[in-house]
Amino acid sequence: MNTRKKNLGAFFFCIPGLLMLAIFVYFPLIENIIYSFQSFSLSSTSREFVGLNNYRELFSDPIIWQSIKNNLLYAVISILFQVVFGLVVAAILEDKVFRKSESFFQTIFFIPTLLSLTVVCLLFEFVYNPQMGLLNSFFEAVGLDSLTRIWLGNKDTAMLSIIAVSQWQSFGYITMLFIVAIQKIPADLYEAAIVDGAGKIRRFFTITCPMVRQMFFVTMVLTVSGAFTVFNEPYILTGGGPGTATMVLSLHMYQTGFVKNRMGYASAIAMLIFVITAILSSVQFFSFGTGKEERE
Amino acid sequence: MKKKETVIPRSISGKIIFLFCILLSVIIIYPLTWIIMSSFKDYMSIYQDVWGLPGEWHFENYVRAWTRGISQYFVNSIIVTVATLVGELFMASTLAFGITQLRGKIGYVAFLLVMVCLLLSPQVCVLPLFMLLRSVGLNKTYLAMILPYIAFRLPMSVMLIRSFFVGISKEMEEAAIIDGASLWQIFSKIYVPLSKPILSTVTIMTIYYAWNEFLFATILVDSSSLRTIPVGLMVFRDGLMTEWGVVMAGMVISCIPLIIVYLSMSRNFIRGLTAGAVKG
Repeated sequence: MNTRKKNLGAFFFCIPGLLMLAIFVYFPLIENIIYSFQSFSLSSTSREFVGLNNYRELFSDPIIWQSIKNNLLYAVISILFQVVFGLVVAAILEDKVFRKSESFFQTIFFIPTLLSLTVVCLLFEFVYNPQMGLLNSFFEAVGLDSLTRIWLGNKDTAMLSIIAVSQWQSFGYITMLFIVAIQKIPADLYEAAIVDGAGKIRRFFTITCPMVRQMFFVTMVLTVSGAFTVFNEPYILTGGGPGTATMVLSLHMYQTGFVKNRMGYASAIAMLIFVITAILSSVQFFSFGTGKEERE
Repeated sequence: MKKKETVIPRSISGKIIFLFCILLSVIIIYPLTWIIMSSFKDYMSIYQDVWGLPGEWHFENYVRAWTRGISQYFVNSIIVTVATLVGELFMASTLAFGITQLRGKIGYVAFLLVMVCLLLSPQVCVLPLFMLLRSVGLNKTYLAMILPYIAFRLPMSVMLIRSFFVGISKEMEEAAIIDGASLWQIFSKIYVPLSKPILSTVTIMTIYYAWNEFLFATILVDSSSLRTIPVGLMVFRDGLMTEWGVVMAGMVISCIPLIIVYLSMSRNFIRGLTAGAVKG
């Protein structure tokens, strides 16, 4: 009986938080599922049920495929540059040889994380500006005029230029995560390896890599789901253009809903994003039991 | 036995790698110093000399940026961030406490309901949220940002706070129960004071999120006087396209608060931003 009374009290503590989640997370999610079977605009008072039409359109929409391609490119480059390269840089900075300079580099690499994405995007708009941007001026200054481009206006370079912005901003953050993970590796593992005569590269592959595999996995999920939900960079820098060269799923969803005013189809795109990101995060969720960790 | 350590490594390969790290630092630092430098220039001097130091220091760029709109965005951002923070700390800690106190299956179910939200990206909910907020008339108030912000940060915050609460020794709690303390007293007199480290982590994560959030702030709010800094900067740029110096001054101003938070508690800050991933 006492337990029941205590449980009732404890339940009261849960109410405000659970209500928030119910209203602002669960309810919209369910609504979104319903929307995706309907057709309506922002101003319409009634909604027409259209069955699976929105989903059918999803598979025949060329912009969807273009977007997925861009999201995939985003993911691949982010994995290579942030996760793989970030791990290597973290291992280098954690090496004894760099003990005196580690905190200096660490601080500098971390600075872009402090800036909001809008600021970073506007900054790169100036960097990429064709006439007076930093990048073209740099190429002109070192005599490589042939490399100057209209970076964001050319469909061959626009997507890569946008992806580069994200790498610039997030590289230091991922590196920091790896540094945290490497610092947790017991030092005697390395000492034993040194006694056995293992060189630095050998130690990196046989000790560092296996010991940070959990963090490797976490950063993979972080960067890949980040790549599939990216919105701000293309929205601010190009608006998806030129043409649809830099279109990504979130931006396509936004434009379909709020510019083309087709909320039903936009919700179907949202469902596609949901499926992709939910699969990615449940892989992380269930393989590491995020929810079950108890006190050691 | 130890060799004297130097800043620059002795070996050739060490020197090459060191040089490489310096190069990487320049790539990161240079655009930032360039923005700061250019924020003191007028348009012509940026145009004529992209690289140089300002010949004439136009401090009035900052004054103009501030009066041309940044001040309003700044105030809005502070209101939204503070309100989000207060709501987040209250709801996350009560929910985490409730979950740790619930006995039996129901506690686990409640926790699962929270954790499942971690799988959701905000994009999935943004269209219905827009419709919801518009239909109840909240889309012209600060609450259009504050409430979704609190809700979408809850899963991560609850996860962190709960795992800290679970680690708090039960002895004090049991003694308090014998003395007839209520659950609220146990929560506010024992759990909250003992949890300052994790609450400060959640504080930093929430400030960082609310100050920089863009998607919700762009889509959910339908009032130009409520714009926060990330959204306002965009409008600011569109309105002042040729006055680069002023736009850059606005960008610099908008970064100052987070940089102050970082400088004043850099260790906590890094722990705060890495906590979610490390715990996960």
